[in-house]
Amino acid sequence: MSALAGFGVLANQTVPLNEIPALVFPALGETLIMVGITMAIVVIVGIPLGSIIFNLAPGGLFENRSLHTVLSWVISIGRSLPFLILMAAIIPFTRFVTGTNIGIPAAVVPMSIAGIAFFTRIVENSLRSIPPSYARVAKASGASNLQVIRTAQLNEAVPSIIGGLTINTIAMIEYSAIAGTIGAGGIGYVAVTYGYQRFDNTVMGVTIVILVATVAAVQLIGDRLVRFTTPQLRTSTRAGSRRATTLRTKTAVQA
Amino acid sequence: MIGLQQLTKVYGHGADATVVLDHLDFRVDTAEIFAVVGPSGAGKSTLAACVNLLERPTSGSVVVNGEVLSDLSEAELQVARRRIGTIFQSDGLFARRTAAQNVALPLQYLGVTAAETRRRVAELLDRVGLADRAGHYPHQLSGGQRQRVGIARALALKPSVLLSDEATSGLDPQSTEAIVSLLKELRDDLGLSILFITHEMDTVLKVADSVARLDHGHIVESGRIVDLLQDPASDLGRALRPWRGHTEPETGETAWQLAYAAKAVPTDWITQLSERLGVPVSLLGASIETINGATVGHATVGLPAIEAHRVVAAAEELGLAAERASAGAGDEIDELERVA
Ligand SMILES: Nc1ncnc2c1ncn2[C@@H]1O[C@H](COP(=O)(O)OP(=O)(O)OP(=O)(O)O)[C@@H](O)[C@H]1O
Ligand SMILES: [Mg+2]
Repeated sequence: MSALAGFGVLANQTVPLNEIPALVFPALGETLIMVGITMAIVVIVGIPLGSIIFNLAPGGLFENRSLHTVLSWVISIGRSLPFLILMAAIIPFTRFVTGTNIGIPAAVVPMSIAGIAFFTRIVENSLRSIPPSYARVAKASGASNLQVIRTAQLNEAVPSIIGGLTINTIAMIEYSAIAGTIGAGGIGYVAVTYGYQRFDNTVMGVTIVILVATVAAVQLIGDRLVRFTTPQLRTSTRAGSRRATTLRTKTAVQA
Repeated sequence: MIGLQQLTKVYGHGADATVVLDHLDFRVDTAEIFAVVGPSGAGKSTLAACVNLLERPTSGSVVVNGEVLSDLSEAELQVARRRIGTIFQSDGLFARRTAAQNVALPLQYLGVTAAETRRRVAELLDRVGLADRAGHYPHQLSGGQRQRVGIARALALKPSVLLSDEATSGLDPQSTEAIVSLLKELRDDLGLSILFITHEMDTVLKVADSVARLDHGHIVESGRIVDLLQDPASDLGRALRPWRGHTEPETGETAWQLAYAAKAVPTDWITQLSERLGVPVSLLGASIETINGATVGHATVGLPAIEAHRVVAAAEELGLAAERASAGAGDEIDELERVA
């Protein structure tokens, strides 16, 4: 926000090139803060919620059809509202929680709600892909329900959950641009106000490049983490590089 | 000790209810290996799941070491299950954990200290011959090795009862042999009661003291292996020792099948039979071995045409059950496949 204060809001006035960094980088910082706080809340709430929904479903550890149906409906409502509508609809709630309806805190509330609904489904879906026999093995080994969830469900689903988390984070970057329109700032806000409303093609181009680079970076990190947490993928690369090293040593010896 | 009393398991309700286990009664004593055989879908895995109460029996009771498990609450069961080791049909190793971490799981659930866990895991992996594979992930192990990790994990909490569901199925003969001797060794050293579920008859013969045949939820036949093998009328005994093919008798000779039916069959019974009948006896095929200290098996011999009752009587005096060979051994092989 502060970065924007120095510029007059006059139509058809383009930002000089040398001032673009001072405009975009703080905005990028705001986006990262918004998405970062949101994702922290999303993970903290979404993982337990997703595990609970999964285990309330038929075949789960504490099967309860009616409770499952209710929770599932609530999540589905959160999932089905377009973000702009959700954001507008919960303004009273947002003001109640944060005391304001503009700025980063106000954006984090609707983003977290949308993100939790999204991520809960991702966790539930990841847990479904784990062989149900794992839970039986854990129970037969004397595990409590909590231990079953931790070791035989969540831990085994880590790569798949990280994959989902990547998709979720990227969706949140997109939502942050929408939240920017309620004055939350961020890179999306810069793109809309300078690029779209004032036809400043240079700022538009720079924000697009930054957004693409950010999303690509998130995807890259996500993919790396998935690889790192999947023994099958990790050990095969390690074996590969080890083979490469021995080859190199051999060549060195021959030379 | 494992005891089942009138154990019944029904899946589903009303019209589509299926009785998977129907009033089963049997007992596995301390230091006994009890095999359960039966065709696919007979209810073997369901039986295993009912013994450690992963499935609640519909009726009847499960007793392990004098404790009636079927009466316990879920919280009490969590404790009781620690005395029962379970080896699962597919090894059931967690893919994101190394062999050592998989074996450590039950100890971790119990809250054993890290140092004690490390010591015990090393001991267990050594016991199953995989000390050098501790850091390997399941996908880096062979089927037989994974199964042995599963056994080590089942033993982690020093159980007194071991359930093994198809622990050797799908393994090559050497791996099967290794697991069978490991189980027998464990039984001898630790006095385990082992419920060994399988559909492979030759594995039963190698490992078990007693066997029951489960079919459509009923125990069709059961008994000590030695008794079943020496009972010519036992279907299960015959399925355990199938009659393999034999050479055709000479013209003028008839083929007779002789089964060991007593504890003390003289080793020179061919000579003795020949003397008693006063005719030469030609050996066409035989399969004889010692199982749990008793000699069991059968032989096909060729005899010149003589009265059938004389052959039967002479054989009986030697502890053999004799009957004229049927057209071929084919129907016996069918019998084996029907049972397995
Ligand atoms: N949860 C369940 N609900 C309904 N029916 C079930 C359930 N589990 C098993 N069954 C049925 O119970 C029967 C016995 O299954 P079970 O898995 O015990 O057979 P099995 O003897 O172990 O077979 P296999 O040799 O193929 O492992 C089968 O007909 C199966 O369809
Ligand atoms: Mg089975």
